[in-house]
Amino acid sequence: MNGDLIVQNAPALLIAVPLLAAFSMPLVGRISRFARNLWAVLAMGFTAFFAAVLAYAVYTTGTVIYVFGAAAPHLAIPLDSGGIPVRIVFTVDAMGALMELIAAIVGLSVILYSLAGDSGRSRLESYYTLFLLMITAVFGMVSTGDLFNFFVFLEISALASSALVAYRIDHGRAVEAGIKYAILSTLGALLVLVAVGIFYGQYNFLNIAAIASRMQYTLLDEIALALLVGALAMKAGAVPMHFWTPDAYSMAPSSVTAMLVVTSQASLYGLFRVIFSLYNITLNASTVGWIIIVLGVLSMVVGVTMALPQKDVKRLMAYHAISQTGYMLLGVGVGIAVLNDPAALSAFGFTAMSGGIFHIFNHAMYKGLLFLTAGAIIHRVGHQDMNRMGGLGHTMPFTMVFFIIGALAIAGIPPFNGFASKLLIYESVFLFNPLLSIIAMVVSVLTLASFVKVFHSIFMGPRLPEYTEAEEVPLSMLVGMGILAAVVIVFGIFPEVVVNVLIEPAARALVDQGGYIAAVLGGA
Amino acid sequence: MLYNVPLITVALLALIGLFTILTRRNLVKILLGLTVFESSVNLFLITLGYREGGIAPIYTGAPSPFMVMPTVQALTLTSIVIGVATSAMLLSFAIVIYRRYGTVDTEKIRRLRE
Repeated sequence: MNGDLIVQNAPALLIAVPLLAAFSMPLVGRISRFARNLWAVLAMGFTAFFAAVLAYAVYTTGTVIYVFGAAAPHLAIPLDSGGIPVRIVFTVDAMGALMELIAAIVGLSVILYSLAGDSGRSRLESYYTLFLLMITAVFGMVSTGDLFNFFVFLEISALASSALVAYRIDHGRAVEAGIKYAILSTLGALLVLVAVGIFYGQYNFLNIAAIASRMQYTLLDEIALALLVGALAMKAGAVPMHFWTPDAYSMAPSSVTAMLVVTSQASLYGLFRVIFSLYNITLNASTVGWIIIVLGVLSMVVGVTMALPQKDVKRLMAYHAISQTGYMLLGVGVGIAVLNDPAALSAFGFTAMSGGIFHIFNHAMYKGLLFLTAGAIIHRVGHQDMNRMGGLGHTMPFTMVFFIIGALAIAGIPPFNGFASKLLIYESVFLFNPLLSIIAMVVSVLTLASFVKVFHSIFMGPRLPEYTEAEEVPLSMLVGMGILAAVVIVFGIFPEVVVNVLIEPAARALVDQGGYIAAVLGGA
Repeated sequence: MLYNVPLITVALLALIGLFTILTRRNLVKILLGLTVFESSVNLFLITLGYREGGIAPIYTGAPSPFMVMPTVQALTLTSIVIGVATSAMLLSFAIVIYRRYGTVDTEKIRRLRE
C-alpha cells in the first residue's frame, strides 16, 4: 500500500524533495555546518531513492504518468475538456528513467564529494541551494511531458548552473565564464519558447504527446524544429555552438562541472525527445539525421584536436567532453537517418542508437569521475596548470587509480564501460558509412594519446618539492569518486546485461512514438 | 493587414534585440538587447492568445459559451517572472565584472583566453 503510494507519486516527489530542500537550505545552514551537510545528503539520498523506485517501476511495468492536480494518472485528459490534456503531465518512459538514473548516481556522488571538497569555500548554504536547484531542473527536464514545462526547467537549470559557474569569482574570470553561459542559455531558452509558441498557435496544446498525435509537419513546424535543434544542440555543447563549454566547465568548481555534464546530457535528451517523440516519422529523416551526424562528427574532431594543446587540466577535459558528445550525436543521428527504413533500422540503426544512448550513460559516469579527480588534484595542488604538476602519484595513489579508470574508459579501452558503447557505435555505423566509423576510431586514439600525456604530466615523475605536503584527499571525496568508478567498472564488465536491461528498452521507447502518445492520451 | 501589426512588431523587436546582442561591445547594452528580444517573445506569445470573437473565461454572466483558454497569458506571466530573475542575475554578473576589470567592454574582458 505504502509502496504503491511512493511509486505513484515518485515523479512529483523527484521535483518536490530537492526543491524544498534547496529553499530551506539557508535556514538549516544557520543551525550548524553538520546540519547543513546532513540536510544536503538526506535530500539527495531521498531524491536518488525516488529516482531508483521510479526507474524500477518504469522498467517493469512501462511508462509512468503523473498528472498534476488530478486524483489519478488516467485522468490526464479531464472528462469535460473535450479530449484536451489541460493539466501538466509528467511522462516518464524508459529513456527518461535512464536519464533519471544518471542524474541520481552522479548527483549523489557529487554531493558526497563536495562535503569535503568544497568545505573551504564561503557561503556554502547558497552553494547547496543552487546545487539542489540544478538537480531539480535536470529531473524536471527529463520527466516532463509538457513543452512549456520543459522551457521552465531549462531556465531553472540555466540560472542555477550559471550562478554556480560564477561561484568562485576568481578575479572575475569565473564570472566571465558565467555571464557567457548565462547569455547563451537565456537566448537558447527563448528560442525554445518561440518554438513552444509556434506549436501552441497551430495545435492549441502544450502537451508533447498531444502535439505529436496531430503533427502536420508544416513549414512552421520545420521552423520550430530548427529552433529547437539549434537551441538544444547549443546547450548540449555540440560544435559549432560549443564555445561556452570549455570556459564554463573549467571555471566552475569541479563538483559543479560533473553536474554540468549531466545538464548538458539532459539537453541532449530534450533534443532526442523532440526529434523522436514530437516529430518521428513525419520528418524528413535522412536530412535531419545527417544534420545530427555532421554536428556529431564535427564535435568529435574539433573537440579532440582542441583538447590536445591545452595546459589547463579542466579545460582539456572540457574539450574531451565536446568530443564525446559527438559520439552520442553520431550514434543517434545514424538511427534518425534510417528511421523511415525499417530494414536498415533493425539491421544497424537500432544498434547505433543503443550505442549512442549507452554512451550518454557512460559519458556521464566517466566524465564525472574525471572531473572529480581533476578537482581532487586541484584541491591539493591549488592551481589547474598541468605543466606545473608532477609526481603526484607518490602521494595520491587512490586519486591516481580513479583517474586511470576514467581515462581508460574515455579512450574506449576494455574492460571499461566506454569500450562497450563505442564498440556498438563503431560496428553499426560502419554498416551505415565506413568513413564515419573510421573517424570515430581515430578520435578515440587521439583521446587516448591526450590522456596518456595528462597522466604522465600529473602523476608520473619524481616528487616535486612544492608538493611534498600534498596528501590523499579526505574520505568523503574518495567515496564520491569511488561510486562513479564502481559504476564504470561494473558496466564495463557486464555490458550485455546492461544493454539488454537498461539501454535497449530506452532506445525502443524513444523510437516508439505511438507508445508515448498512447501512454498519455490513452490508446489514441 | 491590421491583424499582422502585432506580429510585425514582434519581428522588428526580435531583430533589434538580436542585432544589439551581436554587434554591441558594451556588456550592459548586450543585456538590454537580450531583454528586448525577450519582450518580443512575450509579445509573440500574447498575440497568439487573441482569438476573434472569443471572450475571457469568466463564467458569471457570460454572454456566450465560447471562451478562450487563458493558457498563453499564464505562459507569458511565467516567462516575465523568469525574465526578471535572469536579468537580475546577468546584471549582477555585469556589476562584478565591472568591479574586477574596471570595464564592461567585451573586447577587453578576456582574461579567460589568456
